[in-house]
Formats: sequence, C-alpha cells, structure tokens
Amino acid sequence: MNEHITQAHGMENHEMLIPQSDWFERSTTLQKLRKNKKFPTIWCPGCGLGVVMGALIRAINHLGLKNDEVALVSGIGCTARMPIYLDFNTLHTTHGRALAFATGLKLARPDMKVITIMGDGDALAIGGNHFIHAARRNLGITALVVNNAIYGMTGGQYSPTTPVGKRATTAPYGNIEPPFPICELAQAAGATYVARSTVYHALELDKILAEAIAKDGFSVVEAVSYCHTTYGRINKLGTAADMMRALKENSVSKTAWDNMSEEEKAANSHKIIRGVFHNIERPAYTAAYDNLIHLAQGGTK
Amino acid sequence: MSVKLMQGNEAIAMGAIAAGCRFYAGYPITPSTEIAEILSRELPKVGGKFIQMEDEIASMAAIIGASIGGLKSMTATSGPGFSLMQENIGYAVIAEIPCVVVDVQRLGPSTGQPTAASQGDVMQARWGTHGDHPIIALSPTSVRQAFDLTIKAFELSEKFRTPVILLTDEIIGHMREPVELPDFNSIHIPEYRITEPGLEYIPYRNRPGDVPPMASFGIGYRYHITGLLHDEQGFSTQVIPEIDAWVERVNSKLEKHIEEIALVEEDYQDGAKVGLLSYGCSARTARHALKVARAAGQKVDMLTLFTIWPFPEQQVEALGERVDKIIVPEMNLGQLALEVERIVGRKKVIRVGRANGEMVTPQMILDAMEGISK
Repeated sequence: MNEHITQAHGMENHEMLIPQSDWFERSTTLQKLRKNKKFPTIWCPGCGLGVVMGALIRAINHLGLKNDEVALVSGIGCTARMPIYLDFNTLHTTHGRALAFATGLKLARPDMKVITIMGDGDALAIGGNHFIHAARRNLGITALVVNNAIYGMTGGQYSPTTPVGKRATTAPYGNIEPPFPICELAQAAGATYVARSTVYHALELDKILAEAIAKDGFSVVEAVSYCHTTYGRINKLGTAADMMRALKENSVSKTAWDNMSEEEKAANSHKIIRGVFHNIERPAYTAAYDNLIHLAQGGTK
Repeated sequence: MSVKLMQGNEAIAMGAIAAGCRFYAGYPITPSTEIAEILSRELPKVGGKFIQMEDEIASMAAIIGASIGGLKSMTATSGPGFSLMQENIGYAVIAEIPCVVVDVQRLGPSTGQPTAASQGDVMQARWGTHGDHPIIALSPTSVRQAFDLTIKAFELSEKFRTPVILLTDEIIGHMREPVELPDFNSIHIPEYRITEPGLEYIPYRNRPGDVPPMASFGIGYRYHITGLLHDEQGFSTQVIPEIDAWVERVNSKLEKHIEEIALVEEDYQDGAKVGLLSYGCSARTARHALKVARAAGQKVDMLTLFTIWPFPEQQVEALGERVDKIIVPEMNLGQLALEVERIVGRKKVIRVGRANGEMVTPQMILDAMEGISK
C-alpha cells in the first residue's frame, strides 16, 4: 500500500489489509464523506469520478482545512453530483452556472475556500462564458474540471472536448468540431494556476489539487477521466480498466515532454501532457475589492 | 433627511441600502441601469459589494450565491435580462434562497423598444420559470413607494425564503418626484436566519405552510442545497411522499400568509357601480381618471394593487361584489385583467390595455366608463 494513502487514512500498512470495526472513524479520508447520505454513489462501477473525489479529499486534508470553511459548488452532470457525498457546505446549482454561483458566495465569504466541480460540458459549453470571465477576474475560486470528453449523464452526446473523429450519440459519423484545450483556454483567460493530470495518476492529482486550492487567485485543474459506459462503448475502447490503462500509456509528464526533441514530440503529439502549466501571482479580486471599499470609505491609496 | 428630487431607480437603489442589501450583481440594460450605477458607488461605502457580471444568467446566479453566503442580495434588469434570469429564479424558489430581482419593465417582446415603458412582464413574473411554484411580485406607483417596496421586498424574501420580484416600469424608474426618505437607522428588518452554530438543524423541514429558517454557509451547518426536488435534509429524492410534502409546504407557504403579503389600497365610495383596478404606472393614470369622474359627480371605486403576486384574490373578489363593472387599465394587452376575470368573471371586466409604449390615458379610462353607462 502506498505510503501516501496509508498516511491519509491515518493508519499503518498492516491495518489496511484487515478493516477494523472502527475503520470509518479512523480514516481521515472517509471522515469527509457524509454519514447521513445514502451510498453508493450514482456513478457507474469503474467510473473515474471516485478517484477524483478521493484526490479532492486528500488535497483538502493535506491543507488542514476545516470542513466548515470549505464550500463545494457544482452544476449539472455526473461530475456535478460529487459534492452531495462530501461533508462540506455543498451547493448543487443549475447547468453551467457553478462558477457564477461561486462568484457570489466567494464575495460574500472571502474567508471560505470555494471549489467548483464541473464536467467538460458543464464548464466549457453551457458554462464557457462564466469560465473565461471567472479566470479574467482572478477571483479566488478553484475550478476542478473533470474531462471525460462526453456528456455522460444524458447518454453520450459529443462535448466541447470530444476529439475530432470520435463518435458520440449525436456524432454518429464522427465528431467534426475541434475540442477546446482547457488548460490553454484557462491560462489565456487569466487563471493564475493551471494544471492537468489524469485519474490514473491519483497521487499527482492530490498534489496539484492541493496547490490549486491553496492559491489566492483563480486556479484550474483539469482531471482527465473517461466514460466507459458511453464514450468507451460507442468508440470501442474497452472496459473501465482498459480506459484507465490508456490514460497511463497515452500520457506524459510535462517534465518529460519538455526534455523531448522535436522528433520525439511529433511522435508523442497524441499524448496527454500532465503537470503544472502556469503558476503566477496576480492580485486576487477579493483583495482588490477590499482596497476599493477602503477608497470608497475615504481611505487613501 | 431633506426633500430631494429623485428618480424611481435611485429610490430603489437607496431602498436596497436601507434594507441592508450588501451585494448586487447585474448586467447593464435600459431602463434599469441607473440602479447598478448607483449601487456600484454606494455599496462599497457601507462595506457592501457590487459586481458587473458577464450576463444576466450569471447575475442571478451570483446573487443567489451571495445570499447563501449570508448577504442580502439584489439584481436589477429589464425584460430581455429578466427572461435570461428565469432558470435561476426557479433555482432560488426550489432551494428557498432569499433574493430581490428588480424588473424595470420595457416594451417587448425581444429587444422591443428599450426606452419605452410597458407592464408586459406581469405573467413572466408569475410563470417565467418552469414548474409549479410560488412567487412574490410587488409593484410601486410612485418614487417614494419604490423605496418602501424595495425594503418590503427584502423583508418578505428573508421571511418567506423566496425570490421577490420588484415589478416596476420605465415610467416609475425614470420619473423624478420630490421625496423625503426616512432615516435609514429607523429601518429595521428582523433577522430571520439562524445566526448561531450548534443547533439541531433540518434545512428543509416539511410542515405545511411553514418556512424553515435558513442557515447561511460557513456558520457551522454543513448541508446540501440543490435544484433537484429534495428531502428535509436537502438531498435529492424521487420518493413520492417526500416530493408531495415539499410541494405542499412550498406552494402553501405564501398563501397561508397572504394577509401579510397582499398590499393594496382601497378607495371606495358607497353606491359606486364601476370600479377601477390598476397597478404601477397605470394606477397613476387611473387615479387621474378617478378624480375627473368623481368631480363630475360619478361614484367610482378604485383598487390599487401593490402586490401583484400572489394575486390579492380576496380584495379583488370584494370589489367585484361592490360594483357591476371593473375597468383594468394596464400597459399590456390584458395580462392582469385575465386574473381579474378569473376572480370576478369575464362579463364584469373591461380591459383598457395598450402595448405600444404609450401610456394609457385618463381619457381612455373615461371613455370606457362612458361606454358602460350607455
């Protein structure tokens, strides 16, 4: 058992093999799950969303945040169901609007850590306008975008991140729309932290999520996942395990990528690059607004 | 405070400050923009926050988010923006989040005539969002009343955990009248939310007609808010008895307190055979026609509605029992008249509607009265 996980669960290696009767009470990760919420989750067996949820909890635990000071805001979709299971202040809003709701909440409670949890359709199609404007404002919100390149909940329609040529229930001849590059879009729009990993690389996801949440400004984490029940079935990509393995085989760390020759890059151009792409300091909106209040009340610059 | 020449939109902005509104999110749109401009200047002075969002959908979402964070919140818009807000207004209804939405009505549909007045959003205010739901809409007839009803809107929204629409119009919004505002310190809205941690808290406890108190995020109650139909804990449910309990409670919570919500003015004369029923800018026209008719010796009743939704059925029914005919002047083609007809019957109602941006004139109402006596 990986040391990181055993630490997160607050127990020794040997204890992980035989679940104890007080296993739930002793697990700092499971402690973040809601006790009054009926499980299991709505997610299909084998879905990558559980990995993202685990990574999010471990990141919050790593930062030592109290449950009361964290708010999770989501829109509509499979990904947007995540907050329901977690013991924080949770707000499940309308399709595409998580960031707009989060903007009001963060301005009302700048002291809270506000994390939005969105799928690719939620964040970039119906919510695309809010996504770029939230990044531009640099309001201190973390946008966790779980990218499975499909609308899963409605049964497999093509999304703004579906690759060209892939099939969906609404792209029976293959998708002809080029996908949004989420990280480049976020960086161009003004986000101060932009990173990507996959649900195979769970520990890497823990780390970048923790960094993103710790950030004062707008931070974006793209968690590449898969939907084996729609996208995988329609495109004949195998089981959940096959798709998980593909994330391992078809991704490369940013460090490795940066060290590649032009020829190697050309040979690996289909791969997902994982890592931190952008991490800068820029005045966050809430601090700027505090200064505005100071000036409006007669203060000097 | 001294007497000041003030616009309706300015009175709304000041009413919001007086009511304790500390968050505004909006998007520029004629004829409501002055409200945003004034609040961008005034809110920071009292430690509040103003933000110009990317559209009206985001504006509505942001005020709900800020209200959940504990701030009294408002947005203002006009017809096209009001249409964009409808989905999230429905969210505020189902999640029971207090907030105030000002709609300074302009001529529609679509872009219509941005600078022309209208009362064409009466039905949009009631049924603009999908699904069965309760809603409150208030409509002022003067600049001073725009101030007072803004405060009332905040009080009702907090008390009943519902979005409240301040349904005004371009005429009231842009008209200037001399007003004397009260000392803001004299204005007090009781605290309806839970402010202390540690209590046993059921966020959506279902008892018919009841409004369970709201706990803002971050004070120690970690619960779930959703736009899905939910159980008492806030978790989505497909269990019919749980849905029924929600439907019954939420759809009765305003009706059970209708006496408190239905604000009207009854100006009645014994022996009147005809009554005027109006609201907003058209009530001013009706009042003038009333004065002229009474000066000519005619007995006329007048009922002015300041609460449009929930519809003050009892008062309208009472007027229907007093008079033979009810004239309903309004700047649309009979949206409120339709409701009056529902209560008193079609044959009793005379519609005096107009939807071209021009006000209903006193003469149009007097002509309608003359038509009855013929």
